[in-house]
Amino acid sequence: MNIKLKIWRQQNAKSKGRFETYNLNDVSPEMSFLEMLDYLNSTLIEKGEVPVAFEHDCREGICGCCGVYISGRPHGPESKTTTCELHMRSFKDGETITVEPWRSASFPVIRDLVVDRNAFDKIQQAGGYVSVNTGAAQDANALPIPKHNADEAFDAASCVGCGACVAACKNSSAMLFIAAKVSQFALLPQGKVEAEARVNRMVAKMDELGFGGCTNTRACEAECPKGISISHIARLNREFFVAKLKE
Amino acid sequence: MSGLLSSSLGRKLIMSVSGLFLMLFLTVHLGVNLLLMFGDGELFNHAAHFMGTNPAIKIMEPILAAGFIIHIIYASFITIKNQKARPVKYAVTKGNELTSWSSKNMYILGAMLLIFMVIHMANFFWKIKFGEMAQISYDNGLTYIDDTYSLVAGLFINYWMYDVLYIIGGILLGLHLSHGFWSAFQTIGWNGNVWIKRLEMIAKVFAVIVATGFSIIPLFFLFFK
Repeated sequence: MNIKLKIWRQQNAKSKGRFETYNLNDVSPEMSFLEMLDYLNSTLIEKGEVPVAFEHDCREGICGCCGVYISGRPHGPESKTTTCELHMRSFKDGETITVEPWRSASFPVIRDLVVDRNAFDKIQQAGGYVSVNTGAAQDANALPIPKHNADEAFDAASCVGCGACVAACKNSSAMLFIAAKVSQFALLPQGKVEAEARVNRMVAKMDELGFGGCTNTRACEAECPKGISISHIARLNREFFVAKLKE
Repeated sequence: MSGLLSSSLGRKLIMSVSGLFLMLFLTVHLGVNLLLMFGDGELFNHAAHFMGTNPAIKIMEPILAAGFIIHIIYASFITIKNQKARPVKYAVTKGNELTSWSSKNMYILGAMLLIFMVIHMANFFWKIKFGEMAQISYDNGLTYIDDTYSLVAGLFINYWMYDVLYIIGGILLGLHLSHGFWSAFQTIGWNGNVWIKRLEMIAKVFAVIVATGFSIIPLFFLFFK
């Protein structure tokens, strides 16, 4: 298949970026989107041009590196799919594909399609961990956890921190990311010990880093490659208000 | 409680609680207004008289005004802050299967409703409160009360453009509430995988009832009076 790519090119954080158009021929529908970008880059290198910078690591949908905004949607047109899991068969022959970096004041562009998602690390460091001594691994029956809670915690823990929630949200809100991290711990006994301090610190850090507020549009849930539900945001809100009332 | 109201979640809580309070008011307002369509106006005039003189309602009046003002000010503040979170916009954006048009345009809908509300208050509230109202008696001249029914009927029968305006107002309100209702519960934390479907359904039903309820009144006067 032949495609036309409109890709955001920006030399560094300070420079002004622009869209460049590339015509790419003989693209296999079986290529992943990242393989297609590799192919584009090889053609650019052959021509002596600078290849397009994009972030990638595991290429199997679990590292959360590869998020880019493809033709108006984070991670492209398929739902519950990361960019690396997206295949060129999802596009039509002759289609124009626009590729942009995540757009958020909290995720500045470093180069081309690569953004600095350090803000997520800062939020995680503010409280997304368990610091109490939980001891050695126990017999599973010694810590009875309702199946429902275990499932919800697991769903929350499937967040890969890719930032699609921020990218999709019209307010660049990081609420789904924080909700996932808070839920993951708040539902399990080891995490409950520090639940109040955790939610307080993580929300304060989110506000400090300039993310927008949640207006419940559900765009984050629709675009999350792991399909994390906004019910976790409702839990985050509950946890936060209860923690504040107890203060 | 330190920092609750200055946090982004606290500000949303204020939007949510004030919104729920305003929805309670709208329900009472619609209930009273629907009396316009029953009988020759006596029922509505008595209801309007009660609403205008009852001490409990008098106390609620400034609280209601505060509810509106807080809802509007916080909406503006939150919207400006949210706009700043994305200084560079996307060149191409596409919708998704979960996001409703209303949810993305709550502030615009709110602004249009505010314009409607100003006209609405000039039409009725101002005249009832500060204007010279015609009086009517239902007990052979023993007592007289304001003839609010004639004020409303006069406007809707004589000016078709106001009928159109009030129908548009009802529809805008319905759109605003179709997101606002369930969103308010989500923000206070009353939501989950089961409740989200229920709340979204209740929100749609509530929005349709409010939109239809308020729109049907001008239509009633236009075609049946």
